[in-house]
Amino acid sequence: MFDYRTQFGTQYQNIFNRIQVRGPSDPGAPLKGDLEANRVGKPFHSYLLGLIGAAQVGPFYLGTCGILSIVCGFIAFEIIGLNMLASVNWNVWQFIRLLPWLGLEPPAPAYGLSLTVPLAHGGWWLMAGAFLTASIIFWWFRVYLRARDLGLGTHVAWAFAAAIWLYLVCGFIRPLLLGDWGEGVPFGIFPHLDWTASLSIRDGNLYYDPFHMLSIVFLYGSTLLFAMHGGTILATSRYWGERELELVTDRGTAAERGAIFWRWTMGFNATFESIHRWAWWFAVLCPLTGGIGILLSGTVVDNWYLWGVKHGLAPVYPAVYPYIADPATHLKSILK
Amino acid sequence: MAMMNFEYKYRIRGGTLIGGDLFDFWFGPFYVGFFGVTTMFFTLIGTALIVYAAAIGPTWNLWQINIPPPDLKYGLGFAPMRSGGLWQWITFCALGAFVSWDLRMIEIARKLGMGLHTPIAFACAIAAYFSLEVIRPVLLGAWGNGFPYGIISHLDWVSNVGYQHLDFHYNPAHMIAVTFFFTTTFLLSMHGGVILSALNPGGDEPVKPSGYEDSFFRDLIVYSVGPLGIHRLGWFCAMNAGLWSAVCIVISGPFWTHGWPQWWGWWLNLPIWG
Repeated sequence: MFDYRTQFGTQYQNIFNRIQVRGPSDPGAPLKGDLEANRVGKPFHSYLLGLIGAAQVGPFYLGTCGILSIVCGFIAFEIIGLNMLASVNWNVWQFIRLLPWLGLEPPAPAYGLSLTVPLAHGGWWLMAGAFLTASIIFWWFRVYLRARDLGLGTHVAWAFAAAIWLYLVCGFIRPLLLGDWGEGVPFGIFPHLDWTASLSIRDGNLYYDPFHMLSIVFLYGSTLLFAMHGGTILATSRYWGERELELVTDRGTAAERGAIFWRWTMGFNATFESIHRWAWWFAVLCPLTGGIGILLSGTVVDNWYLWGVKHGLAPVYPAVYPYIADPATHLKSILK
Repeated sequence: MAMMNFEYKYRIRGGTLIGGDLFDFWFGPFYVGFFGVTTMFFTLIGTALIVYAAAIGPTWNLWQINIPPPDLKYGLGFAPMRSGGLWQWITFCALGAFVSWDLRMIEIARKLGMGLHTPIAFACAIAAYFSLEVIRPVLLGAWGNGFPYGIISHLDWVSNVGYQHLDFHYNPAHMIAVTFFFTTTFLLSMHGGVILSALNPGGDEPVKPSGYEDSFFRDLIVYSVGPLGIHRLGWFCAMNAGLWSAVCIVISGPFWTHGWPQWWGWWLNLPIWG
């Protein structure tokens, strides 16, 4: 008789934890120096979390940077939220209804790089951005310092720095280069999507931006890598494949099978350590190249399509629509 | 070169889905199997068709080579070779090669006593491709709704289809897909970073054992999903990125023909707002 469990090895798939063991909580690895006192909160266990991963929640580390980061982040969140609430005349029901559309917009271009913009005309945006940036920077120091206190390398902090680079390019560096805060990203769900769409349109379609291409490649590449890597570890979990750190220093059969699986499939394999280098670089290069692509848009390159035509990237398309004057020049003649 | 020093003991018979021992052998580092043969068959024909289509096209500029699907007037029928027929057969060969490759991964996983997670994940990617090139064109009634093969031309297709719906960012399934792509990349950076940081602590620090990953993330964000859980999470998010991408394009046209910003009207018009 056809036994699907033997045929497809369903008992190997390991989608959920079938047994949850409750031992004493893990207090956390020892710290260099005497910083244990900084861990706060009594750990507890969650059955639901334990179904897919570790059941233990906490303890938590606060520290000076953590507190400062949370305070700054809270202030930014409040400024944004209260501005949105004010924009619907403090009507909570309408706030919920219109939340996806609500936004906190940057100052109009006429204000240039002024830091004394009236609050209602973008001053709140500047303040929220300043606090959010401070919050993120404090959080970066927290990630860096905690790694050092635990005697770990600082790889996570530098990956985080790559994301901060993209954030700063969009909201700070590019507006600075173009000379007005109005280029910055508005806060809000649909507003920030509108910003993305209009930036692409104004700069001649970001699809022709080679750094945008690279960024997407690394975004999809990261997803592909995690599908491959996550799948490999899960598929070897009945050989304890998830004990990656031990398997790097003392290769066991899980690491051997994981490597051989890809060698037989595509003629090449990473190791249990090197796959994490691939992972780190792909994930880091996504915002790194993306940030370069945004930084060049409107500053160095006005129109990515025309840039693409000039450099043999894009073909010249036939004009299918009649010539339409730039609405901006049209507006100027009316104002005269 | 072809074999790693520990590989010999793993090269044993069995685990095939079809063909018994007939193709149960290796070619250099590659496992062959029945589906290795079918992969090569579809890949060689498909690649030859791509090169041929490029050769009869106007340019060898790698960016601008374009193999478009048939004109809409051919509907779901066969088109002449030079007017989209090549695209149809290339698509057929691509699907044949992808599915063969996936089945070959299943055979290799069975040979090594491994779970089927990677072939399942790859199946999600194939499903996304199948949605773009087959399901949506079929629902819309013409192969011409598939995307063309070419670097710039497929980007133009994405751009044009997006603007046909005014602003594709407002597509709710697109939002979910993008969120999964970003989340997966974010998780990958944290996972890759923490493993490298434990293995490469710098200076005279000793390499750290399992447990430090948990401590690091519990200290930072209250919770660590754990060495096994992070791979479940990453695998799940990566597959969902592909699946929601498929959903977001299949609903664009067959199920929603207006601009995506208008779709949100149902929310604004809920009776609860009074």
